[in-house]
Amino acid sequence: MTAKTLFEKAWNAHVVVPETVDTPAVLYVDLHLLHEVTSPQAFSELRERGLQLRRPDRMLATLDHSTPTLPTNADGTRPYANAEAQAQVTQLETNCREFGVELYGWDSADRGIVHVIGPELGATQPGMTIVCGDSHTSTHGAFGALAFGIGTTEVGHVMATQCLLQRKPKTMAIHVDGQLAAGISAKDLILHIIGTIGVDGGTGYVLEYRGAAIEALSMDERMTVCNMSIEAGARAGLIAPDDTTFAWLKGRPRTPQGPAWDAAVTTWRALRSDDGAAYDREVRIDASAVKPTVTYGTHPGMAIAMDAPVPAATNAQEHRALDYMQSKPGQPMQGTPVDVVFVGSCTNSRLSDLREAANVMRGRRVADGVRMLVVPGSEAVRRDAEREGLHQVFTAAGAEWRVPGCSMCIAMNGDLAQPGQLVVSTSNRNFEGRQGKGARTVLASPATAAASALAGRIADPRDYLVEVAA
Amino acid sequence: MKPITRIHSCTAVLADENIDTDRIIPARFLTTTTREGLGKLCFHDWRYQADGSDNPTFPLNQPQAQGCSIVVAGRNFGCGSSREHAPWALLDYGVQAVLCSEIADIFRGNALKNGLLAIVIDELEHRWLLKHPGIELVIDVREQFIALPDGGRIPFRLEPFARHCLLNGVDQLGYLLQHADTISQYEQRMEAAA
Ligand code: SF4
Repeated sequence: MTAKTLFEKAWNAHVVVPETVDTPAVLYVDLHLLHEVTSPQAFSELRERGLQLRRPDRMLATLDHSTPTLPTNADGTRPYANAEAQAQVTQLETNCREFGVELYGWDSADRGIVHVIGPELGATQPGMTIVCGDSHTSTHGAFGALAFGIGTTEVGHVMATQCLLQRKPKTMAIHVDGQLAAGISAKDLILHIIGTIGVDGGTGYVLEYRGAAIEALSMDERMTVCNMSIEAGARAGLIAPDDTTFAWLKGRPRTPQGPAWDAAVTTWRALRSDDGAAYDREVRIDASAVKPTVTYGTHPGMAIAMDAPVPAATNAQEHRALDYMQSKPGQPMQGTPVDVVFVGSCTNSRLSDLREAANVMRGRRVADGVRMLVVPGSEAVRRDAEREGLHQVFTAAGAEWRVPGCSMCIAMNGDLAQPGQLVVSTSNRNFEGRQGKGARTVLASPATAAASALAGRIADPRDYLVEVAA
Repeated sequence: MKPITRIHSCTAVLADENIDTDRIIPARFLTTTTREGLGKLCFHDWRYQADGSDNPTFPLNQPQAQGCSIVVAGRNFGCGSSREHAPWALLDYGVQAVLCSEIADIFRGNALKNGLLAIVIDELEHRWLLKHPGIELVIDVREQFIALPDGGRIPFRLEPFARHCLLNGVDQLGYLLQHADTISQYEQRMEAAA
């Protein structure tokens, strides 16, 4: 037997019809996640063709993108941004009812961002194939699942056949050696990685993150890393499941229980790349070199240590990006005045992210003139955070504590920044206009976001954490 | 889908690299529940000025770009989101083909499934096309080449199944549905093993 990578093991187990020169493989999908934005046209297609869902039991839907993050109005209605947003939500509710899909909707205690609740419910499991009409489906790769985003046409394919037509991608190993220094987070690491391999460095590949620094990460941190694989152009990112993974999953509602759990763990343990397995490309990253990292341009590959000078533009596009961001070549991003701070999104809205931000902010105040939004990733995260009193840390500091949703990550629910405003954001995309037309986004870790809110300028969280420790 | 064998048009150039899906169609327009009528929103924040009038510096607003349905774009076009609204918007806006030295994976797959020719060409030829907007090209899907006005040819390669579907107007869902029995057998095998 030839040595196989983790990716190959997951892929091979799901091939229904092998690929040929003329035809792609038919690949089976174990779990199909849905949200309101990319599913309506697929349901319409099914209706037009008189087709049914093949396996509604392998589907799970939630409401997250277009949903308001402000509480319900006094009259019980919800403060939707506009009628279309509300209609889109209603459409998914209707579609789920008609087609028999389980919806974690407004009345569910488990509603949240699709990539936060899949793992929380234990629906995400090692070795699975998981898809969603959403590019950040790569998040679930943290559990050793082959998980990737698909378009709406493919959403329809999976609905009707539980399968996709896929060509086998190439594999890239990202070895992260050493350890992250104190106060440096998984977000700093993944921004550093994307800054190193480039915004298209992963195109055509499935990434496998490995090495001592990766093994040392918690599940929340692994999700942050895998989440942003797509920002390097890779459709999927994987981390081999281990005891950290199993301990995290154990007892979650959708996981196997009792003897079936033990059997599952035995199977899952084999899901790692064999010694000597070959990758199409390998990259080495030194974790100990990672500093608090932020973006200075308009894609996630334009990332540097916050105290490093912004590089000069080398082409027209980089000029445009620096102009848009008003970033100054030769000067560091640290110290740049901030208007808005957003802590949230499927990258950084889990309990540990909120703790990381709260640890910086406890007993302090958000700087005058800065608006800060903290949006938990799910109702479960919100409950846990409130139980710990984290919401009080944020509100006492002058930040807004919101209802779960995508919020300012994509700014389609009315949470957005004004033209020209600079947003330090824990989300994953700093594209032009992503957080509102003309808004300027700087991607950062929750700790950096929190420190920047306090300082009113992009700030190093370690300055605050040191004082706490002293 | 209707078959597509060749496209004959002039080129318009969008030279920026990494034109992401948020620039192709900003997220705030994704509240739609249909796929129609997105052309007017295509490149919205780049194409229009604050007062709603056309931005004269947007390359596709230039007089020489009018009527051109082939876009030559800077490297890594379509990066970002999986939203199929991006190819829907481009097609409705009148774009039939995007030529680039590198196109983001999900966007490329979405585009081809909708009959938008997302074609990867060599860097050298890509650079040349970027420098020569407005030339007449013929894209031949069957023979997989782009014919230049001087008789030169730029070869390209489409994934064979995508090409087959384009040429014959094959519906991929129909193709998948033909495998229903094999899928059932796979499911039975997996359930037996579990
Ligand atoms: S939080 Fe942002 S990236 Fe994540 S699913 Fe929502 S919109 Fe997409």
